[in-house]
Amino acid sequence: MIRKIVYGIFILIIVAAVSMFLMSYPFGSDKMDVGKYYLENTVPQTGAANVVTSVTLFYRGFDTLGEVTVLFTAALGVSILYFIEDKKRKTRIVESNFVTKVGTRVVFPFILLVGAYIFMHGHLTPGGGFQGGALIATGFLLLYLAYEETSINRAKFYLVEGLGGLTYVTMGLLGYFMKDSFLANVLPNGQLFNLLSGGIILPIYIGVGLKVGSELSNIIDDLMCEVKCDGGEE
Amino acid sequence: MSIYVLIFSYILLALTIILSLLAIHVKDLIAAVILMGGGSLLVSLVFLLLQAPDVAMSEAAIGAALTMAIYIIAVKKTEREDKDD
Repeated sequence: MIRKIVYGIFILIIVAAVSMFLMSYPFGSDKMDVGKYYLENTVPQTGAANVVTSVTLFYRGFDTLGEVTVLFTAALGVSILYFIEDKKRKTRIVESNFVTKVGTRVVFPFILLVGAYIFMHGHLTPGGGFQGGALIATGFLLLYLAYEETSINRAKFYLVEGLGGLTYVTMGLLGYFMKDSFLANVLPNGQLFNLLSGGIILPIYIGVGLKVGSELSNIIDDLMCEVKCDGGEE
Repeated sequence: MSIYVLIFSYILLALTIILSLLAIHVKDLIAAVILMGGGSLLVSLVFLLLQAPDVAMSEAAIGAALTMAIYIIAVKKTEREDKDD
């Protein structure tokens, strides 16, 4: 009991110190020059209306490639841990009801559509490949929850995943050979606010969106499936 | 940022803290996961109010939907009650 009180007082002191330090700055004030640089130079340099996307894919494109690789490795780990042969696979029995089934049938195409919209308009509106891909995976999750017999075609999903990753690396190598550096902008910037603008953002984000969507769907598939002959439950 | 938006985001943050504390204290693990997902959804609303729609989208799709689903699958494969104290 005394220990809990001591811990509580300790945490309160730390919180008070940190908040007193933060109070000395006005909330939301910008203290860094790099933000101003991005806000001023994004549109002439990249032609993308969404500054956040242009930062993640232009100025920090190599970091995003690393992020994609991390996600790929995580999905690979889940696939290795939950590996089941195709003959023995069985989708996990989930009790669903009529409302879930009909609702899924109505909502699922729209979820895919919104996901595709988000990653195709990454350079114009908020969002991008990761958000759109996660949304698509949510649609597949709904499908798995509603219908017991759902099973995605894993070979095709792996193919889409690989092609998505390949798009990213190919665009990077194109920049390396045609311009001076890896992931340099090789495509024209185009007219601001048009769909075909923003240089390499559009192809890369289509690749990333498809890759993230198929990857997360594969993770859900791995988690929801189990061995057909019982004994997998224990 | 107008004063109403500020008050609303403070209410959302307070609700998030309450939901997180409840998620720790509740014994039913499914209920804990759902409380955590509700907290994630409120945090994504706060992101939206702070004009970070990109982050709000990620938080709503991954934090509130996919993470919750993965936790629920994990709970269903193990035990539902939190026994040890």
